[in-house]
Amino acid sequence: MKLLTCPVNGTRPLSEFVFGGEMRNMPDPAQASDSAWAAYVYNRTGAPGLKKEWWFHSPSGTWFVAERNTLTDQVARTYLYGQEDKA
Amino acid sequence: MPLRLLKYALSRKHPAPRFFRDCTEPKKSYDAVIIGGGGHGLAAAYYLAKDHGITNVAVLEKGYIGGGNTGRNTTIVRSNYLTPEGVNFYDASVKIYEGLSEELDINLFYSTRGHFTLAHTESALRTMRWRAEVNKHVGVDSYVVGPDEISKACPQLDISCSGKAPIVGALYHGPGSIARHDAVAWGYARGADSMGVEIFQNTEVTGLDIQSGKIKGVHTSRGYIATNKVLSAVAGFTPRITNMAGVDTPIVIHPLQACVSEPMKPWLDTILVSGSLHVYVSQSSRGELVMGSSLDPYEVHSTRSSLDFVEGLTSHMLDMFPFLSNVKIVRQWAGMADMTPDFSPIMGTTPVEGFYLDAGWGTWGFKATPISGKTMAATMANDQAPELIKPFRLSRFEDYDLTGEKGAASVGH
Ligand SMILES: Cc1cc2nc3c(=O)[nH]c(=O)nc-3n(C[C@H](O)[C@H](O)[C@H](O)COP(=O)(O)OP(=O)(O)OC[C@H]3O[C@@H](n4cnc5c(N)ncnc54)[C@H](O)[C@@H]3O)c2cc1C
Repeated sequence: MKLLTCPVNGTRPLSEFVFGGEMRNMPDPAQASDSAWAAYVYNRTGAPGLKKEWWFHSPSGTWFVAERNTLTDQVARTYLYGQEDKA
Repeated sequence: MPLRLLKYALSRKHPAPRFFRDCTEPKKSYDAVIIGGGGHGLAAAYYLAKDHGITNVAVLEKGYIGGGNTGRNTTIVRSNYLTPEGVNFYDASVKIYEGLSEELDINLFYSTRGHFTLAHTESALRTMRWRAEVNKHVGVDSYVVGPDEISKACPQLDISCSGKAPIVGALYHGPGSIARHDAVAWGYARGADSMGVEIFQNTEVTGLDIQSGKIKGVHTSRGYIATNKVLSAVAGFTPRITNMAGVDTPIVIHPLQACVSEPMKPWLDTILVSGSLHVYVSQSSRGELVMGSSLDPYEVHSTRSSLDFVEGLTSHMLDMFPFLSNVKIVRQWAGMADMTPDFSPIMGTTPVEGFYLDAGWGTWGFKATPISGKTMAATMANDQAPELIKPFRLSRFEDYDLTGEKGAASVGH
């Protein structure tokens, strides 16, 4: 991957982007057990595959979601958070 | 050794000397199975046999031994870490390394060079002082030096770094060393093999047989093998194996790249690390400059290398050593680093009975090869981790009891 498509600014060189890590759902802190919370804080899906990730286009300050295969490093699609259906 | 060499030269036949038997037919069962024929897996096999008399052991390696991170790293061995737990652990490893060529009867080219972690800012110097105090407390040779002492040890270094980031001091660590990485794997392999351990290359583990929370065997590309003890020592492949075991961990994989220059006459006899410039360098016994940097910025399960990396690295190298401008880079490569949030390994037992983990070695595990082999062998033999590695247990995350080494391990591996 040398280029990445920002949903707002189009295809740009990778050097303009910052990786924000795997997208994860936060459990309800009031309901979650201590160990479920610790697992949320630390554990990750480390095995390769298609993942939803946070990426940041730094010149424009845009956070968005990329669906990327972490084995082949190919991006299936990118979209703004909450606009998955339109992508 | 010279006599053996002479005899070999004068004989008519020149068979390639074998370090270990060429095993291809695994038995139906073993007392222990080790996944991964890197330095860590082979060292664990060696100490299982040597320290605990457990010799009915198979090491399964999907490629060739030492072909993973063991054969890709930049071989820095040191113990000047940040936490007393870390310093104690790595110091035990350095002590084994110092006598290891003799013990394994193989020349590891273990070369003690002295190691400088350069500080370009006051705040970096503060971390150096902190590390020096922790190191001294534990009895490790480590202290802060000024620019004059650095210049004396390495007159070729431009202390002002081309005026961009003047060096204000360094953490000096006398025992800092480099070694021949593949020889470590081959030495342990030969030692383990001679005590009865069987090493299978081109043998991939494809599944784990777990019944009622206990390990019963492994599925491999050469068939099923029954066993009650399995060690996973697969570095960059750890999440794939822990997935098979249903064990969650914080490990994520990022590539780590390195490169070497063309060989030169020896001129650099110390190891230099600059966290601010993201470079570290030593000169190998072949004369090449061995250079590396920090991790690639995002997760990929691949060993591809990139032009960005060499461009960035060499520009910082030129800030430190302007006279190298005509020297060529001849090789670059990458390994898959199994990163943890606190830059410490994950070692010991797991929620699955009989399944042991030696992982989270990220960018820093070569130096730990002997001690992790020894302590993981003890863990497997006694089904209990020795004191030395308890700070690295998997359950530390659940207990919020991390062993933070980022300040000592993020650039200087
Ligand atoms: C560029 C680079 C520079 C580094 N520099 C340093 C340094 O200066 N100092 C330092 O201390 N550390 C350094 N490291 C880190 C160090 O290399 C590793 O932490 C260490 O070598 C890990 O050893 P290992 O035996 O655990 O893993 P590896 O040597 O990676 O061995 C794991 C083996 O498991 C095998 N395997 C994987 N999956 C399976 C399967 N399913 N079935 C069978 N076999 C399997 C792989 O083929 C591999 O051979 C560096 C790493 C890199 C990449």
